[in-house]
Amino acid sequence: MKGIQVRNVTKTFGKVTALEQVSVIFEPGKIYGLLGRNGAGKSTLLNIITNRIFPDCGEVTLDEEAIQERDALLGKIYLMSEKTFYPESMRVREAFHWTKMFYPDFDQAYAERLAAQFALDTGKRVKALSTGFLSIFKLVIALSVNTPYVFLDEPVLGLDANNRDLFYKILIEKYSETPFTMIISTHLIDEVANVIEDVVIIKNGRVICAEPRETLLERAYTVSGPAAVVDTFTAGRDVLGVETLGGFRLAYLMGTAPDTLPKGLEKAPVDLQKLFIQLTNV
Amino acid sequence: MKIRPESEIPIFLQITQGLEDAILAGVYPEESQIPSITEFATTYKINPATALKGINLLVEAGIVYKKRGLGMFVATGAVEALRKKRKEQFYDTYVVAMLEEAERLQITPEELREMMERGWKK
Repeated sequence: MKGIQVRNVTKTFGKVTALEQVSVIFEPGKIYGLLGRNGAGKSTLLNIITNRIFPDCGEVTLDEEAIQERDALLGKIYLMSEKTFYPESMRVREAFHWTKMFYPDFDQAYAERLAAQFALDTGKRVKALSTGFLSIFKLVIALSVNTPYVFLDEPVLGLDANNRDLFYKILIEKYSETPFTMIISTHLIDEVANVIEDVVIIKNGRVICAEPRETLLERAYTVSGPAAVVDTFTAGRDVLGVETLGGFRLAYLMGTAPDTLPKGLEKAPVDLQKLFIQLTNV
Repeated sequence: MKIRPESEIPIFLQITQGLEDAILAGVYPEESQIPSITEFATTYKINPATALKGINLLVEAGIVYKKRGLGMFVATGAVEALRKKRKEQFYDTYVVAMLEEAERLQITPEELREMMERGWKK
């Protein structure tokens, strides 16, 4: 099959198990949201797929070929991560030039245009960039490399609201013209909820959900009303959590809501961020 | 047309309904071109697949049609067809909801009729 396949990957750092028996598939041409709380294992997974660190066991394949055995495959994947691998004294424009040597499909003219749109000064040295502009610098490269797989680890770190807006717009424009696989790992779930097609949620090193956003949201609902009525309804059902305000209670549930509810109860869909919080609370 | 991410209505349906509203209001007259999937996706910052799903509902219903290589256009007779469909939905979406609220507020049928009269005169 085409795409990136992660099979039974386990990774430990000393006594800490960062990933445990993780299996997940990333298909060509889709936008994924990789969601998880701090320390859940998102970055570890992205680093393993791009061969920056090695798993204790398990394997990663791209179009059925093992990534660990063929470095050439890595030319198809670009990972934008927290770390900057450019020499710090290098200027932004030089970094563009340098990227072109490693990624032949990198579109330098397009990168220059994006830099202008974000008001990123390409004459500046990378080390002189602020947090926001360092993110923009990395984003501009990620959006210009033209590899079939682009991973964005916390892409909007330090970006102001206007630049985040611009980033999502450019990302969708680019994707609409030529679909490629994007994995966006972010904590700003509300912002990407409608951009992503599939959701992968990692909790404590395990994948607890990997499916289209829409089917996940269809599997969850809330029920609210007088506390006693809510409790009677939720008994024996798959309850993720409850919120209580005086005598009023709201319960988050997995499953399909019955067409008719007991009198006094109201059902409603859940949005992705709220569902994520419920699924990943301890 | 406005997309409300926090709404209970799925985004693709909001696209469908928003376009229907716009066609009914004459924003896109019959045989005129509607924005492309990419334009919808970038404007509302949604996945193109979502925009496509919403617009496809209108294609299936014969409200808009594709011209190969040119884009999507509003079909002749679309306004009439939409009006007919919306009228059929009117009872369920508006009348039932209104009567439910009237019951909660203990508004009598007589009072309701008076309100309707007042509304018509405006």
